[in-house]
Amino acid sequence: MNTSEPILRIENLSVALPAGLDRSHAVRDLSLDVHRRQIVCVVGESGSGKSVTASAVMRLLPEKVLRITGGTIRLEGEDVAAASPARICELRGNRMAMIFQEPLTALNPVMRIGDQIAEVMRIHRPQIAAESVEARVIELMGDVHLPDPAALRRVYPHQISGGQRQRVMIAMALALEPALIIADEPTTALDVTTQAQILRLFRELLTKHDSGVLMITHDFGVVADVADHVVVMRHGEVVERGEPEQVLSRPVHPYTRALIEAVPRFRFRYRPERLAAPEPVLVVEDLTLTYRSTSLLGRKRETRALDQVSFRLAPGETLGIVGESGSGKTSLAKTLLRFETPDSGRILFRGDDVAALSGCVLRDFRRHIQMIFQDPYKSLNPRRRIGQSLTEGPVHHGLSRADAVARARELMELVGLSPDALERFPHEFSGGQRQRICIARALAMQPSIIVADEAVSALDVSVQAQVLRLFEVLQRRIGFAMIFVTHDLRVASNICDRIAVMKRGRIVELGPAQAVFGQPQDDYTRELIAAVPGGVFEVAPAA
Amino acid sequence: MLRLIALRVAMAVPVMLVVATIVFLLLRLSPGDPALVLAGDNAGPEAVARIRAEMGLDRPLLVQYFGWLGEIARGRFGISILSKVPVLALIRDRLEPTLVLALSAIVITVVLAVPLGAIAAWRHNSWIDRGVMMLSVVGFSVPAFVIGYLLILFLSVKADLFPVQGYVSPFSDPVAALRHLALPSLTLALVFMALIARVTRSSVLEVLGEDFVRTARAKGNVERRVLWRHALPNAAVPIITVIGLGIALLISGVVVTESVFNLPGVGRLTIDAILARDYPVVQGLMLFFALIYVGVNLLIDIAYVIVDPRIRY
Repeated sequence: MNTSEPILRIENLSVALPAGLDRSHAVRDLSLDVHRRQIVCVVGESGSGKSVTASAVMRLLPEKVLRITGGTIRLEGEDVAAASPARICELRGNRMAMIFQEPLTALNPVMRIGDQIAEVMRIHRPQIAAESVEARVIELMGDVHLPDPAALRRVYPHQISGGQRQRVMIAMALALEPALIIADEPTTALDVTTQAQILRLFRELLTKHDSGVLMITHDFGVVADVADHVVVMRHGEVVERGEPEQVLSRPVHPYTRALIEAVPRFRFRYRPERLAAPEPVLVVEDLTLTYRSTSLLGRKRETRALDQVSFRLAPGETLGIVGESGSGKTSLAKTLLRFETPDSGRILFRGDDVAALSGCVLRDFRRHIQMIFQDPYKSLNPRRRIGQSLTEGPVHHGLSRADAVARARELMELVGLSPDALERFPHEFSGGQRQRICIARALAMQPSIIVADEAVSALDVSVQAQVLRLFEVLQRRIGFAMIFVTHDLRVASNICDRIAVMKRGRIVELGPAQAVFGQPQDDYTRELIAAVPGGVFEVAPAA
Repeated sequence: MLRLIALRVAMAVPVMLVVATIVFLLLRLSPGDPALVLAGDNAGPEAVARIRAEMGLDRPLLVQYFGWLGEIARGRFGISILSKVPVLALIRDRLEPTLVLALSAIVITVVLAVPLGAIAAWRHNSWIDRGVMMLSVVGFSVPAFVIGYLLILFLSVKADLFPVQGYVSPFSDPVAALRHLALPSLTLALVFMALIARVTRSSVLEVLGEDFVRTARAKGNVERRVLWRHALPNAAVPIITVIGLGIALLISGVVVTESVFNLPGVGRLTIDAILARDYPVVQGLMLFFALIYVGVNLLIDIAYVIVDPRIRY
């Protein structure tokens, strides 16, 4: 085969949406090539058609809903769109493989990971002996830098971390050295350090296996790090394409420019008056939390989730908690809300220790500290109207229904939504709108402190920027203090007065945001900062 | 695992105690007097009183209760008032037909209903799906005795394919046993199948929408393998739960089915004992059924751990 011929050539691809939606096509007239040893990044926000494109190549579209209406998809010269179902099964996993976004849900939870990797070989190469398959699985797991492959292949997906699961996905995709690897947001759900490792891994494997990668992403940081060619999509159409340097530094299309501008970068705000407040609203002293679990054989395992964590929070201040997954960020948030009871240590809310409260005193305390969760799709009850969600808490705590409704209407306007939306259900809103609703719900309790756990991590960059701005405006108007838990250092720098860096349950560094990111004292902080995607791209911002 | 079993067995003790109390009270407080039944129509009041005293029915309720509990704790379930045979021996003699019937019903169910439900889910909204769902509505809504008599009418009386009633032990004559068992097990299994097919369908339908099913397709799995290897094992927990709960349904089904097909099993024994107000036998049977139910639940809990590695106790 001619090596200059592209592995994947998509020409004039159109995918129709069912009638009655806001546009007629999910993808319209899309053309792109992926060559050997090349990473092509398709960038766009949710709804841009980038994931539909990826699924169309794999023929994984739900064909009753999304139909390919035009164009060709050629994989090594063969038209995928016209292939028979049997032929498609031969191609999938063998000549083309896909890596999915959610390592948490994309692996079969009741199958050992070694078996899941081996399955690809068993399907396509049934003649290979069991021992060779086993040896190959161990080799692949080593290739993707999974520790101790011989033992790890016997565990189930829930027993390993998110980053490790994503490596399993990658090992699975690489098993038969396919010509084309499609990666749909392969690193979105991962920590910065894991993300950097995985992106490096991609590069390494690409050369080793001589394949091409079609990567779907919304993160221009990732694009800056790995792309050889960039395609920017919006509403199902390509708006711009080219070399990454050119697209990133001299974007032509206004949409590309807007996207690049929305990428969070390090930006600090300095509000010394916040830190100078005499009376802290929250003081945490030596907080320690241990998770205990007992295995089937009665072996006890202890995990120290929080280890002597201490800090104070001034009224109106925003404290960022950053660190990798498993560093104790979420455990800290849960303990502050008293979803977990600490082993030892004190949580002083306005001078009263709440670490050991229970019963109705605890319920009453919870009013003052409210949480906003990561997933706006799962944290609203789908069967309840927005109004019910927003008034339930205040009514429970003694507000009359009429007053609660009045407050809910006010809050909806405050977060930039129409008060009429109170009558609607969560599924009628977009992710960004739902997160606004969650913010309104938290504010309905008139809390002194808001704990936001990865509150913007699931949102598109432009929406992320809007929600961050909303937090800032609301904080200025209402004056709550905020604990902002995030794995994204750039986001943290945008909104936090001070930053606490957590590692293995301990705060390793705590100080004003600019100082922590500008002159990090701890090695771990430096490591985190170095792993931020698109580090180079940050130095020369587009604006 | 051993700890789980030990824990469950320990937990069964208070459960059984509560069941025992309820069983005891239910019978004593319900109207009707076994002494009257036993004494016959022509007995005078003295004869009735004598029988009552012999059986200890004249003593205070609490005394009767604790006396009975003590006996049970020693493994003595009393002696049948009617046949003067120890209750345990009575149950033991009648156990085989019931176990054979129940087991064959469960096997029929699992072998037929689980695949039918899975296929209905896979071919969601197709004619197969509609057919399976329609049959399950029928299975649910038509009572077992109606189905039993209809089967007898058409397959035994009219078509003469199966014997009308009676029981042959599979240990003595397997072929005749199979012919005798076919209709009763089908009758018993039908409600159960309707239930399991429905649960399997909804459970598999939910799993088919999960991300890992898409991953399985992306690996090049053919649809059949996606369904059996990936979707069904993940849908197993609710299915197993309902199979476990369905055992209760099966127990009541056994009573009716054995009457319809005239099988000498525990179900028939139950009806006879209740009609004759044979207290010790009824009590013993209820405890026996409760014990089976507790045992089945233990098995279900163990099955959970086997099918889903994420479940740990």
